[in-house]
Amino acid sequence: MTASETRAPRSREMLHDYLLSEEQLEAMYRYMLLSRRLEERMMTLNRQGRADFVIAGAGQEAAQVGAGLALKPGVDYAAPYYRDLGVMLVLGMSPREAMLNALAKRDDPNSFGRQMPSHWASVSRRVLTQSSVVATQLIHVVGVALAAKMRNDPIVAFASCGEGSTSRGDFHEALNFAAIHKLPVIFYVENNGYAISERMEKAMPLPHVVDRAAAYGIQSAVVDGLDAVAVYQTVRPAVDQARGGAGPFLIEAKCFRLWSHSSDDDQRRYRPREEIEDWTRRDPIALFRARIEEDCLFPAEDLDAIEAGVEVDVRAAAKWAFDQPDPVPGDALGFVYREVSDG
Amino acid sequence: MAEVNVLEAVRTTLDEALAADDRVFLLGEDLEAGGVFRATDGLAEKYPGRIIDTPLAESSIIGIAIGAAHYGQRPVAEIQFADFIHAGFDQLCSEASRWSYRTRGEQYLPMVVRTPWGGGVHGGQHHSQSIEAYYAHMPGLKVVAPSFPADYCSLLKAAIADPNPVLFLEHKRTYRLIRQELEGAPAEGRIGRARITRYGDDLTIIAYGFMLHESLAAAGELAGEGIECTVVDVLTLNPLDEEAVLEAVRATGKALIVHEDTLTGGLGGEIAAIIAEHAFEDLDAPVRRLAGPDIPPMPFHHDMEAFFLPDRAKIAAAARDLAAY
Amino acid sequence: MTTVTMPQLGESVTEGVVLRWLKQAGDGVALDESLCEIETEKVTAELPSPFEGMLGEILAPEGATVAVDAPLCTILGAADPASAAEAAIARESAGEPAAGGAEASPAPANDGSRGSVYSPVVQRLAAKHGIDLAATAGSGRGGRVTRKDVQAVIDARAREAAPTAELPLPLERETVPAPDMATVVAPDEFDAAPLSPTRRTIGERMVRSTREAPQAWMLVEADVTELVALRARERQRFAGVDLTYLPYFASAVAATLTDFPALNARWHGDELRRYRRVNLGVAIATERGLVVPVVPNARDLSVAGLARRIVDLVARAHAGTLRIADIEGGTFTVNNTGAFGSVASKPIVNHPQVAIVTMERAVRRPVVVEGDAIAIRAMMNIGLSFDHRALDGAEAGSFLAALKERLEALGS
Repeated sequence: MTASETRAPRSREMLHDYLLSEEQLEAMYRYMLLSRRLEERMMTLNRQGRADFVIAGAGQEAAQVGAGLALKPGVDYAAPYYRDLGVMLVLGMSPREAMLNALAKRDDPNSFGRQMPSHWASVSRRVLTQSSVVATQLIHVVGVALAAKMRNDPIVAFASCGEGSTSRGDFHEALNFAAIHKLPVIFYVENNGYAISERMEKAMPLPHVVDRAAAYGIQSAVVDGLDAVAVYQTVRPAVDQARGGAGPFLIEAKCFRLWSHSSDDDQRRYRPREEIEDWTRRDPIALFRARIEEDCLFPAEDLDAIEAGVEVDVRAAAKWAFDQPDPVPGDALGFVYREVSDG
Repeated sequence: MAEVNVLEAVRTTLDEALAADDRVFLLGEDLEAGGVFRATDGLAEKYPGRIIDTPLAESSIIGIAIGAAHYGQRPVAEIQFADFIHAGFDQLCSEASRWSYRTRGEQYLPMVVRTPWGGGVHGGQHHSQSIEAYYAHMPGLKVVAPSFPADYCSLLKAAIADPNPVLFLEHKRTYRLIRQELEGAPAEGRIGRARITRYGDDLTIIAYGFMLHESLAAAGELAGEGIECTVVDVLTLNPLDEEAVLEAVRATGKALIVHEDTLTGGLGGEIAAIIAEHAFEDLDAPVRRLAGPDIPPMPFHHDMEAFFLPDRAKIAAAARDLAAY
Repeated sequence: MTTVTMPQLGESVTEGVVLRWLKQAGDGVALDESLCEIETEKVTAELPSPFEGMLGEILAPEGATVAVDAPLCTILGAADPASAAEAAIARESAGEPAAGGAEASPAPANDGSRGSVYSPVVQRLAAKHGIDLAATAGSGRGGRVTRKDVQAVIDARAREAAPTAELPLPLERETVPAPDMATVVAPDEFDAAPLSPTRRTIGERMVRSTREAPQAWMLVEADVTELVALRARERQRFAGVDLTYLPYFASAVAATLTDFPALNARWHGDELRRYRRVNLGVAIATERGLVVPVVPNARDLSVAGLARRIVDLVARAHAGTLRIADIEGGTFTVNNTGAFGSVASKPIVNHPQVAIVTMERAVRRPVVVEGDAIAIRAMMNIGLSFDHRALDGAEAGSFLAALKERLEALGS
């Protein structure tokens, strides 16, 4: 199955059946655009020598925003992987904070300049600090869910990763333990087909990551990751069921990586030119707008206004962040250990 | 007064921690049945739902403890033998030890990983090893290796109360061998403090775990020969109590560092470097290390195992030689 | 004859118990035939005989706890395969260096030529004190001048310069001064009593408390006439428990501490921890020395409850069966010094707690009461030592006054 096979046109009535209000659809569009424009800005800053490193989720915005909107912000715990700018924006990260992070500024709330960009963290948004090591976070959310279950807290723990991460032992150990204890965890795989240069076929002999779910006795679903609405409508019921005690879910969103792995990589060296061109034509943001226009949900002027607003926000955020203070070098010595417990 | 051995000290302290704080829970292999060393005997019945048997997957045992600690619980994970902890190395090295650092202390992990270590128990290659050097090399992960029951109590208690991840090493050989009256022992331990357990002005022996006991035995023997040793129980391997080590070495000018880990890259090298850097002008002899030879530790046969391990006789011999220098 | 020893049944096991002998002295024993049953903390197992022959002597009776490698019995007429093997190994290894493979850093070569090579500390001390090292006798290997040699020169000079002055300590650190009694008392005039671990611990804690905590002391006098009467009345009701004054006193202390959290506290270096619960330490004299078990949550217990708890702790203190939980976590300590007949004593604070009270012996004596009359009243002194770092006299005084008031109100 490819992404296009799972995608079906939906009528305005169908959308309303899935309880997405016009405000939610508008929010989806805005978040996807914001994510893309921020990343474009970051990449420009990188090419100008002003941002050291960029790792982006371009092409995966629908998968990210659709899933992020299914969570309860400030209640549910999340361990989004490094491409998930879209998830972070939905959870409440502002464009200014995103730019502080991209520029490794002193006040970057994710790591205060201590980590590479896109290694998320936020206490208020319940985002666990992320490393560059892939799949480790899948076990952390299992621990979070176990703790919440012990305390009878009605939270869901969400962790995302790429399909490349599913080769690691931690992926398997996490699914196994979560399934044994029926923990409220959503394992969310954004399958973009590539682990840097390695096509998925080099890492697994199965067509879908979810084919592994049966081995662990875990519920699963696969969804077109280019369709934000479909993603929301798949993840949201899983979140609700997990919260209700149904146990964990493995959800695979089929999407693609529009850009290279990172600012330090050039995918033209290993990807066929036609493939890149083909995917570029199926940009999830353009598809979303086309369908909204087709369904006449909003006048085109409204969508244009959203785009213009995002453009202004991103430029302003970048300009503002650029003038923010850098970390003091000596600050590097602090907080190796937390000094006090909160009891 | 009643004496307790190390296992009883550990079990009692876990029991007390579970009773005192609902957030404390234990996870690991075979814990519900009491654990292979019986350290959790009876706890599963007493605290239903808080002693959790896990699959045989060390990375997840540690990773789950990370997530639960992040959430606000106080997990105490057990790795059945230290020799098997390396499957969880990534979770300790890449995640747990950096959690606070990455967020400037906003996120932190009040978690403990207990694990039995050390040789002299005929455990062969994979039930005898000293793993401390790998893990003491991770800023952000505290590593504790007590020697006496009272310290097992007070430091395990401190480890559970600590807002940082603590690797708590329990020397298998001490489990049933070392007994102590706990009456009068301080209830609270301070992680990061070494203790000078014996004063003498001829030379200073620095050791931890079971080697501390062998060093004390050697010191006792040497006292009969007129050689008086200062003996330092390192107790916390990371962060090291540099001041206590330096104070003890400055007092005698001669240092003998003993550990059963293999020599190269062992903690003795770090301690020797600290002494050389900060106490050079107080040295009266070259710093000496007595350690396991650089072979994969450790051979199974009794005689080969004894050949591998430092013991009181080898310590006494090295000390005599150093005293005479 | 060969000896069968206790095997190590399980990692970390150090001893085993002989449950039952399956063979008796004089019985023939085949190789691998079970000799006895052994129980360790990990397993219970039969011990198959490592030798063939006749059981000679049982060296560990049933029920005996035997350390690993200690003898269990002898087998007569046994061909001892082990000894032959050992001999072979001994022959093989005769040419090898002694088992010292773990000796990782061999001693630096010292062939006597190093007499003029001085260690850093020797050079530093010699420079500081202007000592000619070439003229100093060396006691180290190859005649090397050691730190102790240099120190001896420095000490000798100091003695010459100021023969009456106190000798400098040989080392630049805090040391416990060596007892100089040996110089004035002949050795046969005293018995050296080795210090028990308990004695040693008490000593260390007392020294620590006195060294670290600047302690102040106060004494007040309380009229406990009514309490004496109350106790006499209530004593009848406590069948089986000897009701002393201590539970009443403990109850009054716990209640009073509620209003004075500064005294229900522990000193933690950089902070003072005031506890919400009163975990009351009760000093108990035993044959082994002083122990201070703790009554947790003393404030929540009635006098009867306290009495039962204290009786239990006293019994277990004497029997030596206190658990760790019984002796830790105290937040304040009560010492019933009156039990020894004392009327005024000055206790040492049970560090890191910050205060300790004594209840002295109640004495009937004439006192001036209201209206300037003289009456015979039972009077008791209450002593309080406190860590002056943690609180001041005013606070301590208020606490004592409140305690006195509460005690005097008991029974009236």
